[in-house]
Amino acid sequence: MQKTLSYKESWFGNIKGDILSGIVVALALIPEAIAFSIIAGVDPMVGLYASFIISVVIAFVGGRPGMISAATGAMALVMIDLVADYGLEYLLAATVLTGILQIIFGVSKLARLMKFIPRSVMVGFVNALAILIFTSQLEHFENVGWIMYAMVIGTLAIIYLFPYITRAIPSPLIAIVAITVIAITANMNVTTVGELGQITKAFPAFLIPPVPFSFETLAIIFPYSLALAVVGLVESLLTASIIDEFTGTPSNKNVESNGQGIANIITGFFGGMAGCAMIGQSVINVKSGGRGRLSSLVAGLFLIFLIVFMGDIVSQIPIAALVGVMIMVAIGTFDWGSIRLLRIVPLTDNLVMIVTVLTVIFTHNLAIGVLAGILLSTIFFVSKISKVEVTKTMKHSRMVYFFRGEIFFASVTELLEDFDYNIREAKEVIFDLSGARLWDDSAVAAFDKIVLTFEREGINVYLTGLNQASSELKAKLSRKLSSH
Amino acid sequence: MYKKILLASDGSEHSHRTTEHAISLSKAFGSTVEVVYVKDSAKVKSDTLHNWNKVGITDLQRDKFATVEQKLTEAGISYELTFLSGDPGPTLVDYANKNDFDIVLIGSRGLNALQEMVLGSVSHKVAKRANCPVLIIK
Repeated sequence: MQKTLSYKESWFGNIKGDILSGIVVALALIPEAIAFSIIAGVDPMVGLYASFIISVVIAFVGGRPGMISAATGAMALVMIDLVADYGLEYLLAATVLTGILQIIFGVSKLARLMKFIPRSVMVGFVNALAILIFTSQLEHFENVGWIMYAMVIGTLAIIYLFPYITRAIPSPLIAIVAITVIAITANMNVTTVGELGQITKAFPAFLIPPVPFSFETLAIIFPYSLALAVVGLVESLLTASIIDEFTGTPSNKNVESNGQGIANIITGFFGGMAGCAMIGQSVINVKSGGRGRLSSLVAGLFLIFLIVFMGDIVSQIPIAALVGVMIMVAIGTFDWGSIRLLRIVPLTDNLVMIVTVLTVIFTHNLAIGVLAGILLSTIFFVSKISKVEVTKTMKHSRMVYFFRGEIFFASVTELLEDFDYNIREAKEVIFDLSGARLWDDSAVAAFDKIVLTFEREGINVYLTGLNQASSELKAKLSRKLSSH
Repeated sequence: MYKKILLASDGSEHSHRTTEHAISLSKAFGSTVEVVYVKDSAKVKSDTLHNWNKVGITDLQRDKFATVEQKLTEAGISYELTFLSGDPGPTLVDYANKNDFDIVLIGSRGLNALQEMVLGSVSHKVAKRANCPVLIIK
């Protein structure tokens, strides 16, 4: 890893590359921001304003220069029920609270805990995200004719084939323009963005979310905000690591966590939905030469410029074109390598990944999926390390028990159940604990019990090889053990 | 003659054979070797994801080159390791031409047949457009 850039360098170290890549990103952001708004069930402007404000704010306060944050699919999926049940006002309030929670996470340095999310949970996270983005598009195919299918296939064909002609302009944008032009000139009767919500050709305005300031409101929005905060940080920190790897430069994850929080608070007050970093857009940005904060600022400003001056065209975009873009996003998000690796990766890792995916699909909540994945891998971890191996050897007239493993609440039950008290003709028993470690009071209690059983038979037990931490614990907790 | 060798490598099994040739050539001509790896934006996501619990602890990109580095060190060759990022073919051509290399060594494999048909092979692109001789190792 190279040295960290100074704040000034992170702004002005790569002016030409950042401006060009920022423009490319803005063009690629527009269709996604609209499509994610449709997933969340809000007006397209909510996602467009969010993308404008978040990318501009993150340019100043983010911890990973060159990373792009805006309205995202992961966040949109979490907010569906809130919007459906309580409406946009509550979403805006939840967005502000999400920001506050993320700042709390950032200040308390919880961001580094993200490193403890197991690999298989992360893989499950992106796979579940991809599957949900894909399935969220299926409703657009209900009761439609062949034209819809043809347009979606046409969009995908342009997206995947146009890069062989040129990579200068993002192919999803070409696809959207082409499909829109075809739909308008052929006068096709297809659903357009304008029919799902007004494209307001104006800059966002400050407003305090019009919800009652009460405990009830908090009780409604808090679960959503917590889930949004967690999902936003997971995706942002994963994206930051990807950009770290690609550019070979480090980033500050706690600053990024705070930055995401600040961006979401401001977005909530300007009528935007909660967002986070975007893997796809960030990769497009660095691939197009973007490295600094300027790229994110340019992306946001150019986006709002396009909306304010070309909003009429945006509202003519057929939904079919956006569905095509979302299918591309789903394909690009899914970790196809994980399927190939299914046969190589340990079974428990695969189970964790699959449980994470299934939990998300059933709950429609990525945060719960991550939690379930972490819980399951913790259980696997505990069961893996809770095997205590006991070997017996006869030395002179003593029976030596050698213990190897971690002795703690999860391992003592099995240890006690399987303990072999048969010492044949031995007069004394020695417990060699040099290969073991006592972790808690249940470990001490377990030894108390074994020793007591021997003492009832009139057999003395001696302990050797306790390491310092274990013997301190034993001294503190033990009542019956008589060590020498 | 071949004083400055560019060894294009992705650290894979296939690239080890290319490394052997670079070593022989370097010994014959007393040349320096620069191992160049182009990070592909299409792969960086899965690389990071699959090494998630190692990220930040080790340098993922450099790890791939452990074998290549070991081979070169054992042969007593002085080398440098350079990471570039972008579309592999054009990036390699650009780097080779700008830094006056005397020869480029590159493996012919890496992609599968389908990827090669669609994307065109990187070695073919380099051979066509580099200004210096290109040795393609089969």
